Amino acid sequence: MTNHVIIADRLSKCYRLGVIGRQTLKDEFIYLWHKVMGRNPIEHMGKVGVGQHSDTTISVEDDNNDFWALKDISFKINRGEVVGIIGRNGSGKSTLLKLLSRITEPTSGEAFIEGRVGSLLEVGTGFHPELTGRENIYMNGTILGMNKAEIDKRFDEIVAFSEVEQFLDTPVKRYSSGMFVRLAFAVAAHLEPEILLVDEVLAVGDVEFQKKCLGKMKDVAGQGRTVLFVSHNMGAINNLCSRALLLEKGRLVLDSTAEETTDKYLGYQVVESAVATEEDINERMEGKILGDFPYIRLKRIALLDKENNTKKLFDADEPIQVSLEFECLQSVPDLRLLFYIVDKNDTPIYGSQNTDDTDIASKFSYIAKGVYKAACVIPPNTFGGRQFYLSVQILYPKVEHIILNKILQFVVKFKGHNQQIQYGGNDRPINIWPLLKWSLHGKVFDDFMGLKKKDVTI
Amino acid sequence: MIRTHIKPNQSWFSVDWKEIWQYRDLLWLMVWRNITTIHKQTILGPLWFVIQPLATTVVFTIVFGQIAKISTDGIPPFVFYMSGMVLWNYFAGCLNGASGSLVGSAGLFQKVYFPRLIVPISSLFSQMMYFLINLTVFVTFYLYYLFIVKTSIQPTLWILALPALVLQAAIVGMGVGLWLSALTVKYRDISFLLPFLTQLWMYATPIIYPASSVPEKLRSLYYLNPMASVVEFNRFAFFGVGTLTKETFLFGIVSGVLILITGLLMFNRAQRTFVDII
Repeated sequence: MTNHVIIADRLSKCYRLGVIGRQTLKDEFIYLWHKVMGRNPIEHMGKVGVGQHSDTTISVEDDNNDFWALKDISFKINRGEVVGIIGRNGSGKSTLLKLLSRITEPTSGEAFIEGRVGSLLEVGTGFHPELTGRENIYMNGTILGMNKAEIDKRFDEIVAFSEVEQFLDTPVKRYSSGMFVRLAFAVAAHLEPEILLVDEVLAVGDVEFQKKCLGKMKDVAGQGRTVLFVSHNMGAINNLCSRALLLEKGRLVLDSTAEETTDKYLGYQVVESAVATEEDINERMEGKILGDFPYIRLKRIALLDKENNTKKLFDADEPIQVSLEFECLQSVPDLRLLFYIVDKNDTPIYGSQNTDDTDIASKFSYIAKGVYKAACVIPPNTFGGRQFYLSVQILYPKVEHIILNKILQFVVKFKGHNQQIQYGGNDRPINIWPLLKWSLHGKVFDDFMGLKKKDVTI
Repeated sequence: MIRTHIKPNQSWFSVDWKEIWQYRDLLWLMVWRNITTIHKQTILGPLWFVIQPLATTVVFTIVFGQIAKISTDGIPPFVFYMSGMVLWNYFAGCLNGASGSLVGSAGLFQKVYFPRLIVPISSLFSQMMYFLINLTVFVTFYLYYLFIVKTSIQPTLWILALPALVLQAAIVGMGVGLWLSALTVKYRDISFLLPFLTQLWMYATPIIYPASSVPEKLRSLYYLNPMASVVEFNRFAFFGVGTLTKETFLFGIVSGVLILITGLLMFNRAQRTFVDII
């Protein structure tokens, strides 16, 4: 047997928009009649129905009314893989999970699944408000596919995870929504199927609890079980998944590593080179111009090292120079330049604005027509070893505002600030890792060998 | 290792009984939930199970026995009505439970997969509980009339066949319920039709009148209703009077089984994709 636990072969799902199927009893009988006669009712019904009086046959199942929520999705998932599924709303993610969990049937194509499937498309499915927490644990657990013995075995764990011990014998209708969600997730988290299908259920509860859920998901993944995980949270996907599928309008557009897929989803059409030229800038420019004519144009954006060489890969201990070349087409009485550094999950983590620097701020209070080059240096030892993006904005307040989101990409190589120390790993997932001063104070009671007592401050 | 093959247009006939067996714990929990949650936050609680059949019988005795003076074949009216109601109520309960099973649990079925037949099957078992209470009430009054009032009622050994009658009522109720449940998915009209249908069906069944009052010429037509033979058999077993023949009863069994099988097919066909059109 192969190592594939899920094989999807051209899975497709079609929904009919507007009218649903055969509307009247008459249609129903005509349809049945064609079926009994061994003809394809779809071909014949047009003739019987609408198209009867005209020359052309109008197909009952008009293509325009068909909506393919999924079209020809094929993939193979290995045992123990944790795979993210991402895509915009309506791209078919949930439909795919519904097909795999057998909630509905595909229109065409097929899939083979090996192993017990647990699906978690909603938290608290089957909770009955009148039943107590204890009773609902059993109710919900069996609905999700566990049997009573399995729940008995994990009951204490579930209760501990949910943090609702005190209210175990209270009907859940008296629970706060937070308690309800915690209990529901606790049950779901203790499902032990071989394959787990999860749909965006982590977006519930408070931040603390979300963290706990993510941790639990990581455990599940660590136990060698296969997980398919739909989420809009790219951080979670990158964190949990080794691989991700990107769906777009019902089609599978990318099946690659989590990193590559989330990058593509977030629209990182980064300029490949280390420099953004005027052409790149014009293509990527977002923003608004309120005046009648343009005031400012960005000409070139680059990241430079100490020697003014453009670069994409920086060592953590070298300064990074952000260089912005622009042209003022008119004189501008107040020019603001700002840049910020964005991490992989789209979170801005670092930034600066020209007017912050009081030594130079006055120079920007009147900029005559002309071509300029502004620069700002990010000091060495600022970032951790990760991938970052540079976003730039240039504005003449209330008149012109140009935004360039994630125009350049760069990578920082972190070697550790202390070269004598063997680091456990320099790829700690921390964006900002400056070189800071530490101190230590204490009292020594006993020296290493336990020979004599000292009272020395070190 | 469980292997699942997901493909379009699964056969109508493929009911996976093994899978239903694997979910038996869920089945029992659903039965238990149906029973325990229905009377939560009521004062009388389970007492309602006794009050309902008693009150109905009192009303029937007054309206049909005293005012309309419909014959009861010499059987004391109180137990006459009760003997009909006891099986009829079970049947109506099964019918109701099964017919609401797809649309009523749509929220659940849209979010999780388990064998959908579990829901109608669970209602068969939870209705059984009402039936047993109904039956106890009936038997109490029956014994009272038999030994204390000393009327002319003649118990027969056929009383032992009662479990088979219950099964027959369950089969018919479930069969029709599955049909309606499948149809309700597409045509919501059915849910309006159901109370009306149940009422009409009750009048077509010898509950408030004896089958002997149906003209003899029409009787074979009358017994096309499989519930008529169930109720009539039950009355014959307890009171020793009735018009049932072997043929009509056998016919009732055959039609009941046919209804159940076709109902299963319809349900199975509807449940495959019903979440798409609900």
